[in-house]
Amino acid sequence: MNFLFRYANPHHFMRLSGAVLPFTAIAALLCLGAGFYLGFSAPPDYQQGRTVLLMFIHVPAATMAMGVYGALAFCSLLSLVWRHPLSDTAARAAAPLGALFTALGLVTGSLWGKPMWGTYWVWDARLTSFLLLLFVYIGYMALWNAIEDEVRAARAAAILALVGAVNIPIIKFSVEWWNTLHQGESIVSGKLAPVFLAPLLLMMAGYAFLFVSLWMIRIRTAILERRARNLMQAGAR
Amino acid sequence: MNFDMGTYAAYIWPAYGVSALALACVTIWTVVAWRRAKARLAALEKSQGPAAQKP
Repeated sequence: MNFLFRYANPHHFMRLSGAVLPFTAIAALLCLGAGFYLGFSAPPDYQQGRTVLLMFIHVPAATMAMGVYGALAFCSLLSLVWRHPLSDTAARAAAPLGALFTALGLVTGSLWGKPMWGTYWVWDARLTSFLLLLFVYIGYMALWNAIEDEVRAARAAAILALVGAVNIPIIKFSVEWWNTLHQGESIVSGKLAPVFLAPLLLMMAGYAFLFVSLWMIRIRTAILERRARNLMQAGAR
Repeated sequence: MNFDMGTYAAYIWPAYGVSALALACVTIWTVVAWRRAKARLAALEKSQGPAAQKP
């Protein structure tokens, strides 16, 4: 826990993130490039044909949608329980990125569903709970914008984030708990052939590095904006 | 690399296009916002003098 508080100090965070950023940004480019190359070089799947290519962008987007929410909820918990100074900023900065990944997961999933299932959309447990995730993200961002007092907005948004976190295990296990049209998990259980697994893992790493890079830049931006606001207030006094 | 999508081209290319466009836009938007915040803070610090630089 201690190190979290050390880097929660905005000055430390600015220094650390500034040092780490070039590496995460380059890692994102390399992973995405290699994943794209291996993905388009992979043979067609015996059942899905070349629509297997959609997996390489759908699964990373959907995984990040949930992973980002996990990060957002964790930051909200830090904010509520320990009054961690930077965690509200971090949670708020993550939300639009998570919402974007969720939307991309929905769009790419639909475009796979049409040729493979014969429909863009079904109200099965996985798809419905995932759509709910998008609404939770939108609600979270709306709540931040709706309350003017920042301390109150942060508390309300953090509580909403923790309530919404209930949805994450529901999404994850929906394919096991209910009879869904969406297929079950195939990465951890080793059901995916290496020729598809390698590009998928690279794309997932690329999406993750991209998110971490953008998240750090967004937090840095928020810190500078706060400094500018404080300066303005100091100047007005 | 093989870019022949056969009958599935109408599903695969839009998905890749939307994903690439969205990720590119959010990256540009994030970097632009960062640069703008940095420039604004620098301008404020300059106008208010070195004494006001501590947040």
